[in-house]
Amino acid sequence: MDKNKKILLGDEAIVRGALEAGVDFVSGYPGCPSAEIGEEFFKIAKENGIYAEWSTNEKVALESAIGASFSGLKSLVNMKSFGINVCSDSLLPLVYTGTKAGMVIVVADDPSCWSSAQSEQDSRGYAYLSHIPMLEPSDPQECYDFTKLGFELSEKFNLPVILRITTRVAHQRMPVDFNKVDSKPQKTGEFIKNPLQFSTMPPRVLEMKKELLDKLERIKAYADKSKINLITKPQKPAEVGIAASGVAYLYVLEALKELDIDISVLKVNLFYPLANITVSRFIKDLKKVLVVEELEGYLEKELNAIAKDANPKLQVFGKALLPEIGELDVEKVCLALAKITGKKFKKNITKQLSLPKRTARLCEGCPYWYIFPVIKRIAPEGTIFGGDIGCNMIAGLPPHNMQDFLFSMGASLGISHGVKKSTKQKVISIMGDGTFFHAGMPALVNAVYNKSNPLVVILDNRITAMTGHQQNPGMGKTGMGESTEELKIEEIAKACGVKHIKVLDPINVKDLENSIKEFLAKDEASVIICRRICALLAKRQKQ
Amino acid sequence: MQDKTFNIIISGVGGQGVITLLSLIDEAAFIEGYDVKSSELHGLSQRGGSVEVHVRFGKKIDSPLIPSGSADLVISLEMLEGLRELMRTGKNTKFLINEYCLPFQGSLAKEEIKDHFKAIGDRLHLVAASDICKEKLQNEVVSTIYLLGYAVHKKLIPIKKESVIKAIERIVPEKYRELNIKAFQLAHD
Repeated sequence: MDKNKKILLGDEAIVRGALEAGVDFVSGYPGCPSAEIGEEFFKIAKENGIYAEWSTNEKVALESAIGASFSGLKSLVNMKSFGINVCSDSLLPLVYTGTKAGMVIVVADDPSCWSSAQSEQDSRGYAYLSHIPMLEPSDPQECYDFTKLGFELSEKFNLPVILRITTRVAHQRMPVDFNKVDSKPQKTGEFIKNPLQFSTMPPRVLEMKKELLDKLERIKAYADKSKINLITKPQKPAEVGIAASGVAYLYVLEALKELDIDISVLKVNLFYPLANITVSRFIKDLKKVLVVEELEGYLEKELNAIAKDANPKLQVFGKALLPEIGELDVEKVCLALAKITGKKFKKNITKQLSLPKRTARLCEGCPYWYIFPVIKRIAPEGTIFGGDIGCNMIAGLPPHNMQDFLFSMGASLGISHGVKKSTKQKVISIMGDGTFFHAGMPALVNAVYNKSNPLVVILDNRITAMTGHQQNPGMGKTGMGESTEELKIEEIAKACGVKHIKVLDPINVKDLENSIKEFLAKDEASVIICRRICALLAKRQKQ
Repeated sequence: MQDKTFNIIISGVGGQGVITLLSLIDEAAFIEGYDVKSSELHGLSQRGGSVEVHVRFGKKIDSPLIPSGSADLVISLEMLEGLRELMRTGKNTKFLINEYCLPFQGSLAKEEIKDHFKAIGDRLHLVAASDICKEKLQNEVVSTIYLLGYAVHKKLIPIKKESVIKAIERIVPEKYRELNIKAFQLAHD
């Protein structure tokens, strides 16, 4: 195979790794910071015999990959942090049944919530909940290496493997060494019936759990024997050590240089199952250990537990010295390290200023500029505005300031229904087209079925825009760029039993005004679809 | 080729071309044989908000983020976004700032921003890149490339002109290539 070296984004390096591992089937839902994975696959899918899709949501994406895996195709699923919440319902049974062909699931967390509402989720917690093996790369080179390793582990133990990345890994660039791959024809799989493996019907499900726990013990032993986790020893023996994972490991390397310290470092690459023997060996001769991990203190807890047997006098420092909120950086690690080693560290900043914050705003020419002010002006005083995920969440920022709650994909409508049922207030739920397909549909069925009457305004800008313009079921185009059935939101709403539906172009302000007035007076749920193409997309199409 | 790691913070407003500039510097440094790491932001933070990205090159780079106070150069595509970097940089950081304001509600006046910049004396290079590009090339967007040309020409960044041109040829789509090279050269005239 030809060697190659190129500057790659972490997300792109994952695609290279999967390609080399022979991936056949790719599914996912776009989100920040994982969206470039799917996009990169679409660029190279055809020539490499890969089938790739944007699925309607992460649960369906995972289930599609399960179907592929059971049919003998290697698969990769990509999603942002919250995607794993959506797909968890099928993730837990998948770990019980196990995979047939290898599967890597990429989950991209966003510490500091650079591009995330909802919560500052640490998806590593799902490893414990579902018992799924989890790898954590630090940089694009490892994104490439660990994607390959993930497929290798998955094929060896017949389990899906999560590659957990964060914004600073997904959106980090560096020169990556990779091999050129010969193109292959698209593989046709075969589903060979085996309900004993694929059906979780009790009492078989409990046997499956036993098989799963056995597999995990075997993976632990494998990790202890192989060099998945990395220990770096100092020149002279030291009493202090550091355990780190993900991008935080790189901050540790930098901090050690900055403070001129030489101590032993454990780089935890396989977060779950944790290789106990490796950890025991690492902490055995230490007096103090600093655990450097972003967000939750999971590794810190593990080290404390392992130390009870391996080194009961060990002092474990983690979240007492490092924040649980927000991403880490070199400075934060330096401060923590200085504290436990007694070294001096001083911040080196020119000056402090208090400057006005520039928040995200709608793009120039965005059709939402017509919609938000009209809704706000026409809605009677005290109307409740339900916000949703996507570009429309900018409604919550100045100058609009019209978002009374914001939760997860499609939640504007589910919560609006609850408010409607509980009060006599007017409620308007505002969501985008992508979000409607993802999770808005069940909430609409619920509102109609259970007889409440929120007004739903769907901002149909003909694409999933916020995450960088990905195709969705309303566009008549698949992720691979093929023509397909164009699902009409108004027809879906009608089929869901909505009686009052209006499709309009929001630049016809009068039309929008009248529809809002008319529908807010209705006793049944109503839907206004504001259809106008995203301004950035329109500009791009012209060029 | 220098041994010491060179650190650049690029800042601006989402949509101004911060990431294109980052990719070009990454590629040019890579062409010169440096190890390179950079960190960028996409998504919500890109929708017209403040954007700050980091580029580092040298012998061997670990962290993709620049330790605070260690930036050698700040390139900012907007004045107030450049001013923010005073809080993340040290006494040796040079500033190459586009003399251009994208105001928002509550934002500072240009003269006020200039007053704050007095603190860094001659470490400041205030260049009207947007105006120059608008006048000479009838295109404001390439002001990012003009600034890069300026940085190379004035030796604010230890990278050769030829490497940047090669990087433009590799990264910029063909139909914009000529315009970008023109903008890059303009700063050398």
